[in-house]
Amino acid sequence: MCDEHVLSQEFEIKGGDFSNAGKASTSIKEILREIGIDSSIMVRVCIAAYESEMNVVMYARRATLTLSVSPKMLNLRLEDEGQGIADIPKAMQEGFSTATNEMREMGFGAGMGLPNIKKNADHLEISSTPGKGTSLDLTFFLNKDREK
Amino acid sequence: MTLREIMDLLQAEVISGHEHLDIEIDFAGGSDLMSDVLAFGKPGLLLLTGLSNAQSVRTANIIDAKAVVYVRGKKPDAAGIELAREVGIPLLSTKYMMYTACGLLYKQGVPGVSGSSIEE
Repeated sequence: MCDEHVLSQEFEIKGGDFSNAGKASTSIKEILREIGIDSSIMVRVCIAAYESEMNVVMYARRATLTLSVSPKMLNLRLEDEGQGIADIPKAMQEGFSTATNEMREMGFGAGMGLPNIKKNADHLEISSTPGKGTSLDLTFFLNKDREK
Repeated sequence: MTLREIMDLLQAEVISGHEHLDIEIDFAGGSDLMSDVLAFGKPGLLLLTGLSNAQSVRTANIIDAKAVVYVRGKKPDAAGIELAREVGIPLLSTKYMMYTACGLLYKQGVPGVSGSSIEE
């Protein structure tokens, strides 16, 4: 869906690995800063990446997060293996959460993740198979104003 | 207000980032819930929090916050301090509780994050 990629990088995320949660997003921020992505877009991408990463750490077994950057757009694609999401519209509602106390002690699990991802991305596609996993495709436009 | 002035006002201890104490702070926000910080936070924020694990520093870094003040005498864990050094975010710790720390800053003219629903 993108133009020729100028950059593509994959990150492996482990479910349940709370001590490393957020490392991929921190690396993504460094990469985006190095290649000179506008800082307001960078923060939106990083927030979406971080929320996605926390979702994997909290709910899935493992995932691959792929960052692709082309001259016109930036794409984050997350493929996880895990329990999946049974009711996506419900999961997109602010405040809906199935988090445990451990997750809440980390400062997460308030049912803000997916709504916050949606708010920050220009385009979001999500699909899930309960018992198998979830895939998330996020697009951010680089050369024009947000289309929202 | 500079971070140094905030340190004096809150009688705070500097945990890391002594070299950043002269940065200007324009606005602040307080929360223990990192999901909320990701939702309301804006680049340049001074984050006040009682969450002392490394996620507080990660969250601050993700939103481009300028500094973190831990309330109620809390201090981040070693992983948090190491990350803060790597990414250049100064960390302070005050004995004041969240409400009082925020109130002292607000009284001195440090506003909250603009664009909250009550202001719209």
